[in-house]
Amino acid sequence: MSGEPLLRVEGVSKAFGGVLALSAVDLDVHTGDIVGIIGPNGSGKTTLVNAITGFIKVDHGRVSFKGHDITNWKPHKIADMGLTRTFQVMRPYYSLPAFKNLIVPLFSRRARRTGGWRGGGKMGSRDTVAVDILEEIGFERDSYVPYKVASSLPTGYLKRLELARCLALRPEVVICDEVFSGLSMSEMASMVPLIEKLQMEGITLIMVEHRLRELFRLANRVVVLNFGCKIAEGTAEEVMAYKEVKEAYFGSEEVLTYV
Amino acid sequence: MSVVKQDRRKERVDRGIKVRTDGVYAVSSWAEITYLLLPRMVLILGLLLAPVVLTAFPYWQRVLSHICVYALLAIGFDFLANFVGLVSLGGGLYIGVGAYIAALLNSHYGLPPYVTVPVATLAGAGLCTVILLPCLPLRGVYFAIVSLMFPLLAPRIIEALDIFGGTDGIVGLDGFPSGWVEQYLMIGCVLIAVFALRRMVTEDVGLVFRGVKDNDQAVKASGIDITTYKALGVFIAAVLGCLAGACLAHIYMWAGISQFGLDYSIIPIAATVVGGGGTLIGAVIGCVILVPISELLRDFGTLRIAVYALILTGFIVYKSEGIMTYVTRKYEQFERWVEI
Ligand SMILES: Nc1ncnc2c1ncn2[C@@H]1O[C@H](COP(=O)(O)OP(=O)(O)OP(=O)(O)O)[C@@H](O)[C@H]1O
Ligand SMILES: [Mg+2]
Repeated sequence: MSGEPLLRVEGVSKAFGGVLALSAVDLDVHTGDIVGIIGPNGSGKTTLVNAITGFIKVDHGRVSFKGHDITNWKPHKIADMGLTRTFQVMRPYYSLPAFKNLIVPLFSRRARRTGGWRGGGKMGSRDTVAVDILEEIGFERDSYVPYKVASSLPTGYLKRLELARCLALRPEVVICDEVFSGLSMSEMASMVPLIEKLQMEGITLIMVEHRLRELFRLANRVVVLNFGCKIAEGTAEEVMAYKEVKEAYFGSEEVLTYV
Repeated sequence: MSVVKQDRRKERVDRGIKVRTDGVYAVSSWAEITYLLLPRMVLILGLLLAPVVLTAFPYWQRVLSHICVYALLAIGFDFLANFVGLVSLGGGLYIGVGAYIAALLNSHYGLPPYVTVPVATLAGAGLCTVILLPCLPLRGVYFAIVSLMFPLLAPRIIEALDIFGGTDGIVGLDGFPSGWVEQYLMIGCVLIAVFALRRMVTEDVGLVFRGVKDNDQAVKASGIDITTYKALGVFIAAVLGCLAGACLAHIYMWAGISQFGLDYSIIPIAATVVGGGGTLIGAVIGCVILVPISELLRDFGTLRIAVYALILTGFIVYKSEGIMTYVTRKYEQFERWVEI
């Protein structure tokens, strides 16, 4: 890991009333990384994602992306630069068919510039591009799932739809907020190769996860948060060796054996 | 009887057209084309023939122009409320701004109506959008209250500063060349507005607007600035309102502070509720019903409001979906009782 990081978070803090949700968190992400972020419930993971992507204003600290200071920029400008995120609580347009969900991101300036997904320059009809993206990410075209209304789709597809919204912008970075949680074993088994494929295509990923087994297979670096502080950083094995991590995060032995 | 009713239920069956998915039609026969076009033709021909039918009643021809003024406002209200998610009570602002700009251009610079109306429409809509811009982050009832503040404030400012003719308003404007021009101009604008907007909300940009209404976080995460689209929505509604206001000024050959009146903010909502929100055509139908009632009740003065309240309550309690939604359902599906 050398050179200027793609995304740099320096000393970011955020308090909600009396709760210090983030305190002086640092994070460097380099091109091609898959960085895992783990931590117990309420440790500030989603808050960190929100702080990076502009969905909340930070109290202190600095976020920079591709050399630009993007601290407290508006979310749409950050997304426009290619730094995208999924939502832990999924936010599809429930009343629309799955592929119509992608019309909004494909309508954005960035998608027009980049041609959306791999369209390369000029886009075809947005509907066609949308179905292509969905097929790429595991919506089988033959089974008509891309045309089903979003409210009728199971969690696995909705998580993919969250990812698809990011991919429609042809992002450089995708921050996934718990894309594995709520998935069945088989859904998970197909999600892992999908993430690997995205990495192969040159997308840098940050993955907030509770499912450590899958995460550790994918991530080349893991960051541990607890009560808003970064308590450990390193490879999966290094992180697991930290005494604080065992105490703070795992607590009970069952979880350890599960991992 | 009641025993029999219990083991039956109402079933709804699509009729008329074989392949009908959301907005996509496969038309294969004259019968089906007629089926599709009939409702549209009723509305279009009905409005176009109205001035001719009313030739003997000049008073009611004037009411027809009023219906169109309110219809333009109501279309804008329905669009903003049900497709952009902004409940705007700014109707009075749009009318007043449009009327005053047209009046100033006409009286100070001597420009004819075919110049003042388009200029007042665009410049007025721009001005209204800029005025409402700071309020766009507000939601729901907060936006509604603040947007109502401006039409209440504007007449007080004009009074206090004694500008634009003060309480007398600007008088002696040019009228339209004839009643027919006035009628058909207004009717044409309403028809174009309603069908253009109905088309737009089904296009891709319409999905963005709906996203702004239902799921603004996802829209932001898609790299789209929701403020831009809210402002665009307000601009579209203001275009319709200012157009109506500019025409109103030339119809009465006068612009005055009563054109910031509360009626212009309230009746569009009532019309949208009565006609059926989210259909755009419903807003027009609502005006066709409510505005004449309002005229008939003119003698009762402020008691009109009480009658309005009754009509509204009735609709909200008994037919909350609105006329248009109800009629569409009856037209596209038939109901029958089936044994369970
Ligand atoms: N908008 C908010 N207002 C007030 N408090 C908040 C807000 N968002 C988060 N918090 C608080 O900040 C802390 C961190 O929350 P956060 O959602 O970042 O946790 P998390 O690590 O994502 O948890 P989980 O694993 O459950 O998703 C929690 O104590 C939470 O209650
Ligand atoms: Mg979270």
